[in-house]
Amino acid sequence: MKIENQVTLEFPSRSANEGFARTAAACFAAQLDPTLEEVNDIKTAVSEAVTNAIVHAYPDVLGKIVLKLRIREDHALEIIVKDWGVGIADVDQARTPLFTTGSEERSGMGFTIMESFTDSLKVRSSPGKGTTVTMVRKIARRAGR
Amino acid sequence: MPVTCREDNRCLTALVSGELDHHGARAVMNELDQRIDQAQPRELTLDLSGLTFTDSSGIAVLLRAHRRMTQVRGAMRVVSTPAQAGKVFRAAGLERIIRFE
Repeated sequence: MKIENQVTLEFPSRSANEGFARTAAACFAAQLDPTLEEVNDIKTAVSEAVTNAIVHAYPDVLGKIVLKLRIREDHALEIIVKDWGVGIADVDQARTPLFTTGSEERSGMGFTIMESFTDSLKVRSSPGKGTTVTMVRKIARRAGR
Repeated sequence: MPVTCREDNRCLTALVSGELDHHGARAVMNELDQRIDQAQPRELTLDLSGLTFTDSSGIAVLLRAHRRMTQVRGAMRVVSTPAQAGKVFRAAGLERIIRFE
């Protein structure tokens, strides 16, 4: 798939960057002329993926998170969130609704939300090496634009 | 992530505003816990009219408040849920557990 534009952001796993990451994604996605609902879907999905990396990938240390945003020629936004943290031993289990290894402020619904708010979700992970989450969100082409 | 509370005849109303994510969830939970412990309300109304964004952290906050209210034998309802938050809560099936008005 041809990429028409892209941006890469790198930041440490501080929770203050959750808001930054989703807002940056929303700004970049503006080039696709999304509806408010489409922008909110992107913000929500990015927030979940970045929060997962902050909470789970680097539980005791600050680590590197990379957020890649790509605008594809089919008018879709590809969102890639990559970390080099602890990894997920059982991805299927992690994707199960309500499953969490986090503390009380986690609901175990992160992957469920990512799935609901995007058109596709892929999770690649190896324990000790890190996790890459790839999501694609199609943005409807609107008449007269 | 401010929470503004008012209490009237053991009915507690909490107005949650701003963006609710993992970064701010703990503070909101602590504030609600404290208010519920103090007031022992018959009913808690969570007013989300000022909530500009939430992710699954909001689900955890609502479930915790609901659990606390069950412990003090009170009721809980959630009012004025914005569209974005409503979509997150519906994706989690929260309406089967929590009363939205």
